[in-house]
Amino acid sequence: MKAGSKLKSAVCDTEVLLVKAPAEGVLSCGGAPMVAERGEKGTVDAAFAEGTKMGKRYTDATGSIEALCIKPGAGSLALNGVALQLKDAKPLPSSD
Amino acid sequence: MDISLLLKMAADAEPERAGLTCDGRNWTYAELWAAATGAAVEIAASGATHVALLDTGSEAAPIALIGAALAGVPYCPLNYRLADADLGALIARIEPAFIIGDVERVAKLAPGGNHKVFARADFVKLAEQKAEPEREAGEGEGIAVQLFTSGTTAAPKAAILRHSNLVSYILGTVEFGGADPFEAALVSVPPYHIAGIAALLSSIYAMRRIILLPAFDPKVWIELASKEKATNAFVVPTMLSRIVEALGDGSNAPDLSHLKAIAYGGGRMPVELLLRALDLFPTASFTNAYGLTETSSTIALLGPDEHREAHKSEDPKVRARLGSVGKPLPTVELEIRDEEGKVLPPGEAGEIYVRGDQVSGEYRERSALLPGGWFPTRDAGFLDDEGYLFLSGRADDVIVRGGENISPGEIEDVLLTHPSIADAAAVGVPSTEWGEAVAVVIALKGEQPTEAEIKSLIRDRLRSSRVPERILVVEALPYNEMGKLLRREVRKLLATA
Repeated sequence: MKAGSKLKSAVCDTEVLLVKAPAEGVLSCGGAPMVAERGEKGTVDAAFAEGTKMGKRYTDATGSIEALCIKPGAGSLALNGVALQLKDAKPLPSSD
Repeated sequence: MDISLLLKMAADAEPERAGLTCDGRNWTYAELWAAATGAAVEIAASGATHVALLDTGSEAAPIALIGAALAGVPYCPLNYRLADADLGALIARIEPAFIIGDVERVAKLAPGGNHKVFARADFVKLAEQKAEPEREAGEGEGIAVQLFTSGTTAAPKAAILRHSNLVSYILGTVEFGGADPFEAALVSVPPYHIAGIAALLSSIYAMRRIILLPAFDPKVWIELASKEKATNAFVVPTMLSRIVEALGDGSNAPDLSHLKAIAYGGGRMPVELLLRALDLFPTASFTNAYGLTETSSTIALLGPDEHREAHKSEDPKVRARLGSVGKPLPTVELEIRDEEGKVLPPGEAGEIYVRGDQVSGEYRERSALLPGGWFPTRDAGFLDDEGYLFLSGRADDVIVRGGENISPGEIEDVLLTHPSIADAAAVGVPSTEWGEAVAVVIALKGEQPTEAEIKSLIRDRLRSSRVPERILVVEALPYNEMGKLLRREVRKLLATA
């Protein structure tokens, strides 16, 4: 996985941009590994069906990965099988 | 990822939401995206190496900014207030360019130039006609924006911001779609200033409607803020000064109660002015943003709570923070270093260095980044013991007037063309209205020219912002043994004269 690359869910509409990526690991959505280009669409695993939200950022406990959702979908994200969490956004006051 | 994705995401999420209001017309995110894709088609077909906007702000600015990104061409808005000779030189530096705006002026300044020039309305119409809204956002790794910025010598440097710098800045500071549907940001800063560009990108990504005011006038600003129910505004200190003047004691002002968040930056904010503004807008939040062109704008900010705490504090140390630019953003590292590059502790003033993904520090000509990615800002300052940053002027000789960088060299060169002037130095002196004003000290070799004569010379050859507010005649300018002009001594001469 490379920071700056785009990944698509194989089982729902979710697309993410990797703002930060670990050297190794498998990012999945809806229980299925995410892909660069979609083939046949599979089905969402009920265990990873929380859905993704447009513009939200998802990370793991160590912050080794940061995935920005650029298209929302029905599945939810996991790294090596562990569900990602919404990045704690401490919004800054608008400065521009 | 490139900056076009910022608009695409807004267009995907809320296509019918109004993203921009200019001259009475609303543009939805879908319309802006569509026009940007059409602009990209035209830009790509033109073979231009740069997209330039030579115009006041309008919907053409975001359409050109994102259109250029989609076409993989740097966006290089030009300062229309430049004198012909200077503007002509910049246009030559970006040839062949796709230029939007003042068709006549380009024809005059670059008659044989290989440029594609469009009047604003024609560009916008063409962009709408050629729209390809289904296309994907770009993946550009290259230069998103190029801005000419003044340094100590006369020729401006071409500062470049890569997509990665701007995207990092926006993702690091703005929550996608974080604005409520009723929010609207009044933007009146010029499109060729980094604040004008950052305002577009931040507002688009937050999905906060932009109310664009092409040419700043305090009364028009107040009317527009009231009529459009602006909730947010970004101003440079000189604009705030004029708005505060126009409001008077506030008794006859139209309803500005919607204005909840005022951000300011781009130059030194005099504390007296800030205090007046805090009193005139008691329910608004104030944010001071400090940043540079080379750092994709904001690197430090003093937020609303910090303003409030400082405003009502009895502790002089806390109160003093109204004069600070706040704490560095969590996404950057900031240090104060002395002339040898040694990191200084809190309380000691030196040059401000900054590092982070949003920091470019690159110019076309060269990179100013040091090993390790540190960028010397050439601004002087210090940190207090709680990490608040205070600015103390420039570490170099650039005069910062009304948020605009002015090189002393260009003024001095012009003065030296006068037959009676033997030597000249231009420095900044404190000004409540401008932050700094231009002052010149001259030594003569003939009959003393009148003040009016000197001012005309500078106004005609350069422009009005370069005209000195003070002119002091001396026997000789102060130099050290190495023959270097001592600008701090020049400032002392002005202070004691």
